[in-house]
Amino acid sequence: MTTTVSSSVSGFRWPSRWRRPGWLQGAALVLALMVGAPLLVIALSWGDVHADIWVHLAQTQLTRLIGNTLVLVAGVATLVLLLGVPLAWFTATCEFPGRRVFDVALMLPLAVPAYVMAFVMVGLLDYAGPVQTTLRGWFGPQVAFSFRGTTAVVLVMSLVLYPYVYMLARSAFLAQGREPLEAARVLGRGPLAGFLQVALPMARPAIVAGTALALMETLADFGAVAVFNYDTFTTAIYKAWYGFFDLQTAAQLASLLLLFVLSGLYLERRGRGSARYFQTGRRRRSSSRIVLTGPRAWLVSLWCALVLAVAFLVPVGQLLIWLFDGAWRQWDGRYLDLVAHTLSLGAIAAVITVTAAFLLALYRRSYQTRLAGSVVRLATVGYALPGSVLAVGIMLSFNWLDAWAARIQAALGWEVQPIFVGGVLALLLAYTTRFLAAAFGPVETSLDRIKPCIPEAAATLGARPPEIARRIYLPMLAPGLLTAALLAFVDVMKEMPATLLMRPFGWDTLAVRIYELTSEGLWEQAALPGLSIVVVGMAPVIIMVKRSAH
Amino acid sequence: MLKRASIGLMSLALAVWITGCSEQESPAPEGSKGEATAPAADAKPATANGEIVVYSSRKEHLVKPLFDRFTEETGIELSYITDSDGPLLARLEAEGERTPADLLITVDAGNLWQAAKQGLLQPVESQVLEDNVPAQFQDPENRWFGLSVRARTIVYSTERVKPETLSTYENLSTGDWEGRLCLRTSKKVYNQSLVATLIERHGAERTQQIVEGWVDNLATDVFPNDTSLMEAIVAGQCDVGIVNTYYFGRLQKDNPHIPLALFWPNQQTSGVHVNISGAGVTAHAKHPKLALQLLEWLSEGEAQAMFAGLNMEYPVNPEVAVDPLVKTWGEFKADDLNVAVAGKRQVEAIKLMDRAGYR
Repeated sequence: MTTTVSSSVSGFRWPSRWRRPGWLQGAALVLALMVGAPLLVIALSWGDVHADIWVHLAQTQLTRLIGNTLVLVAGVATLVLLLGVPLAWFTATCEFPGRRVFDVALMLPLAVPAYVMAFVMVGLLDYAGPVQTTLRGWFGPQVAFSFRGTTAVVLVMSLVLYPYVYMLARSAFLAQGREPLEAARVLGRGPLAGFLQVALPMARPAIVAGTALALMETLADFGAVAVFNYDTFTTAIYKAWYGFFDLQTAAQLASLLLLFVLSGLYLERRGRGSARYFQTGRRRRSSSRIVLTGPRAWLVSLWCALVLAVAFLVPVGQLLIWLFDGAWRQWDGRYLDLVAHTLSLGAIAAVITVTAAFLLALYRRSYQTRLAGSVVRLATVGYALPGSVLAVGIMLSFNWLDAWAARIQAALGWEVQPIFVGGVLALLLAYTTRFLAAAFGPVETSLDRIKPCIPEAAATLGARPPEIARRIYLPMLAPGLLTAALLAFVDVMKEMPATLLMRPFGWDTLAVRIYELTSEGLWEQAALPGLSIVVVGMAPVIIMVKRSAH
Repeated sequence: MLKRASIGLMSLALAVWITGCSEQESPAPEGSKGEATAPAADAKPATANGEIVVYSSRKEHLVKPLFDRFTEETGIELSYITDSDGPLLARLEAEGERTPADLLITVDAGNLWQAAKQGLLQPVESQVLEDNVPAQFQDPENRWFGLSVRARTIVYSTERVKPETLSTYENLSTGDWEGRLCLRTSKKVYNQSLVATLIERHGAERTQQIVEGWVDNLATDVFPNDTSLMEAIVAGQCDVGIVNTYYFGRLQKDNPHIPLALFWPNQQTSGVHVNISGAGVTAHAKHPKLALQLLEWLSEGEAQAMFAGLNMEYPVNPEVAVDPLVKTWGEFKADDLNVAVAGKRQVEAIKLMDRAGYR
């Protein structure tokens, strides 16, 4: 049996020191302070307002940029939902030709950095690209079209971001089990109505979490929109900083962006109301899939194949072509170092980030206070900030620590040198701040699935909290934690601005190499590091999807 | 279930431990309490042994060969990080006196000017630099010096444009070029510098007319980079554009018969717009003498040839010969304004381009 509506816990009560362990609140607050400090630095930028820059931005572009941003957000939200949810439904609950392959493969676009996708697509499809050149050869010059408008940006962003929705919706559908749909059928609903009225509402938290991730990345993106020269709110942030040399106004603009995201998240929470989502954790068995037959089955296969081809095979194919065209010459003795750095930073950061996300989720669940809600929101909103802005916020807060460290060093008569900025620890914490939101979504949705009555039952049977954590929470959370670790790992590998600004000397990664080449316009040469990221990212994607399918 | 989960966690921890071990600097975190025991910031900053630290927005593949050669010749070790100018300046400013950086290298004069204005660079006295770097390519107060010259010029389709119909940057705003012009985005500092010098020559009003004329003549949306702009000219989307010469050089190296050519504009008037890639010693350098030694070395013969040649730019030192391919593009008269103008008027130029609708 599965309940979708909250039941206040009645009967059994935990002893309060177990229900709300004090160390948990302490740890969560410290954590929130750590990842919140950079945001605070940015929010505190309002001390001094440079009116001339603001007036200029308002008069010349702010309206257009906000309009563009809203259109982009609405477009990406629509398209990632339209792509991600049905695909997740098909692979999680149906049986059709090629399902096993698509199940895993549809996640793979996650490993393609958005800027790489943008560059490949514009290169292929814009006026000078091979597609239009061929078309002009056949039909004459009147077939010209621009592949740099709104539609193109929305399409490209959605193709790399839909896996967030796909991944979270898929595990939600898998976790629902067969019973709710059978109940719906007994009550006279067909498969479509069952999907719309039962499965979809039950998967709502997961779908929302996935969409929120996709949208926050859209808002933070600068690399991909820059390829289209599509101006968004982020463009104004960079214009203030790089163009007007005015980091302060840039930070003020960034804090407005944060406010926008917080309001969006708040509205969604209100819309969800007081509904809670728990499940009994029985997994769907493969034998209980809806078996599609005939043309319907082939249509679904074809659709999956099409999405996979456009979102993954095309960009990877293009990278391969560039690789054989000469980009392989980028290989040198230090290349393995780049891969090793990327892997170790990604793995360590993933473990730290997931641990932090788990602590926060557990804290919010145990306390359920307003404070807990605010703490969590503060700690996870950093994902929507443009990477370099957040990176500077992080750098400034660590620099503040360095200033204190310098006093101590001086007092002890040691050589004064930065400890934090330019150290591995700072970089890892930067990753945690940036990607906590990505890890938090899957961790929290899987935590939400544990009905309070299960740990309570264990407690009545005499189990103490550590044992409950080990024997109930961990096993039930394992798929969610692994998903979170995967997301964090892949995101860290693709991360560019914070890595660039905060990496210790000599700690170059694949993303750094990509930056070096692409910022000089050498996109083709970046095929080797680009492909390496994709290949390295593919392994964990496949492992995780396979594991969560059982 | 439990077993599988713990195996998963253990293998993850193991993976972390293994990869962690491959890096000497990072002790492995223990289990999932990673953040408490994560590698402490004891990764030694490479500054400890009297080595030079460079912050560079010039990319690794364009500077590393030079650094390697410098170390070979002098035995002085170098460490560096590369990033964009904005973040590097922000880091320098935040680190203040504690900065490990000795030398800042950028790819345009505007950011050097800005760094100097923020007090991040220190003036240096050097006869070598005065001799090697022409006055227009260095800070009047000696806080930064150009190391290579980058010319931003007109490129045209050899199939559809007769070079005698071209004359100046300003002329590209006239009705002759309606629907035939391609430009790169105004967000790129190279275009901001070009417009800054136009403002210096013509004043804001006339410059705005010129920029508005360019925008009216655009054949399509502006491009994100010079290379895609030139590809559009080849494909026939437009006939002329404004690009940095080395981007053209790269295309020409790949395809010697590419139907494009460079045109040197404004030869009767102000000359071709030039910018620099350059460097300055940081205000709080820990090794200012070594940094100056590196800077001077970079301005001399062999290093100059390499510095410019690696990217088909022009050496700033007039004694040094240009790359053979670059030489085939011919000689030109360059704008003789001090490149500091690019920094001084950058904000004004961006505002003007915004008002003119040049995105």
